[in-house]
Amino acid sequence: MSWLAVLVLVLVVVQIIAALFSVWQKDLLLAALGTSAISVVLSVLFYLLQAPDVALTEAAIGVALSTIIFVIAIKKTDRYEE
Amino acid sequence: MRKAIAILLLAIVGYYFINVFIHMPFGEKREGVGKYYLENTVKETGAANVVTAIVVSYRGFDTLGEVTVLFLAATGLGAILFGKRGEKRRLQGASVIVKTTSMMLYPMVVLLGAYVFVHGHLTPGGGFQGGAIIATGVLLMFMSYRHFNVSHNALTWIESLAGLTFATVGLIGLALGTTFLQNFLPLGTPNDLVSAGIIPIIYIAVGFKVGAELTGVLDNMLKTIR
Amino acid sequence: MLYYIGAISLILIGMYAVLTKKNLLKIVVGLSIVDSGVNLLFISVGYVKDATAPIFSMPSLTADKMVDPVPQALVLTAIVIGLATTAVALGLVIRLYDHHKTLNINKIRQLKW
Repeated sequence: MSWLAVLVLVLVVVQIIAALFSVWQKDLLLAALGTSAISVVLSVLFYLLQAPDVALTEAAIGVALSTIIFVIAIKKTDRYEE
Repeated sequence: MRKAIAILLLAIVGYYFINVFIHMPFGEKREGVGKYYLENTVKETGAANVVTAIVVSYRGFDTLGEVTVLFLAATGLGAILFGKRGEKRRLQGASVIVKTTSMMLYPMVVLLGAYVFVHGHLTPGGGFQGGAIIATGVLLMFMSYRHFNVSHNALTWIESLAGLTFATVGLIGLALGTTFLQNFLPLGTPNDLVSAGIIPIIYIAVGFKVGAELTGVLDNMLKTIR
Repeated sequence: MLYYIGAISLILIGMYAVLTKKNLLKIVVGLSIVDSGVNLLFISVGYVKDATAPIFSMPSLTADKMVDPVPQALVLTAIVIGLATTAVALGLVIRLYDHHKTLNINKIRQLKW
């Protein structure tokens, strides 16, 4: 098992944990940050899969714009899930 | 009960996913349309980046449709939030450090976005990425300066002109050649900045269009009163 | 293979959120997780072992040692469209909250705006 495979394993595990976190979290702001973490990991995975174009798109959109849109929507509505 | 049914359904979906992907070994070379693109892109379009050539040239009509979907989504968001816009935003801005840093970073972020979409046919990147990076730069200004404003008229003009450029270039190709988006400019040598015929023109137009639309989306969301 | 597992589990987790959660914003979060998973699945289907990115930046690169560019071109636009549709969904959620003062779908019973 090379170090690259270990890196991929760690990234995939982090990604799944972040997804579970953002599904079970009651605080919606933290859930939105969880999706942002998924996007960061996804961007690295795209780079490792030899897709630099897609990695660039995911880094710009998934990390910055998508998160901020969720944050604005949470600010205009409720923060906590009852 | 609801959760049990959901997990049962997901187990069925997951079972079929695994059944499909067990016959699709990871990392194996497949013969398909991708092979044709890889072998003929540089010859036929002059672009070094094959992904750009596919997005703009081989599937350019598809990209025109995607840009239209983006436009409709941005307009639809404006229509949904119509009547809720107002200036009742808190006027207290960010701290001096954030303000100064974002003032210094803003031109560089916009420059990076412009670089990414001008070099779309040579390096990773292109109109979609560059437009998103420019929108990120505008977002930086929105966050640090509460009174920072973008003119909606200017955004509409940029959007319309960029869309018009895309359609016009395609129609000129149709008039001079045989198909929509036919290349009518010299291809040049691959890996030069001025090469690949109409691909840079269209990707720059797409960059402006995506940047203006995403900025409009952010502006619409931010200006909504609670 | 690990990529497939990651992508499929993202899709399933997102679908679970969509099916069981009652909060509208949580449902949109679930949809965006499904979106990420589908994108990862597409790119990992196009991967070829020991291959390079599909960019002819050096003369030494040859076409038979490159990953499949078609899924990358599809996913590239899909990410941008995904952001736009998420924004529309959130706009609808904001409008609904405005009218009903709640995000719980069980409490939103009337179908009128």
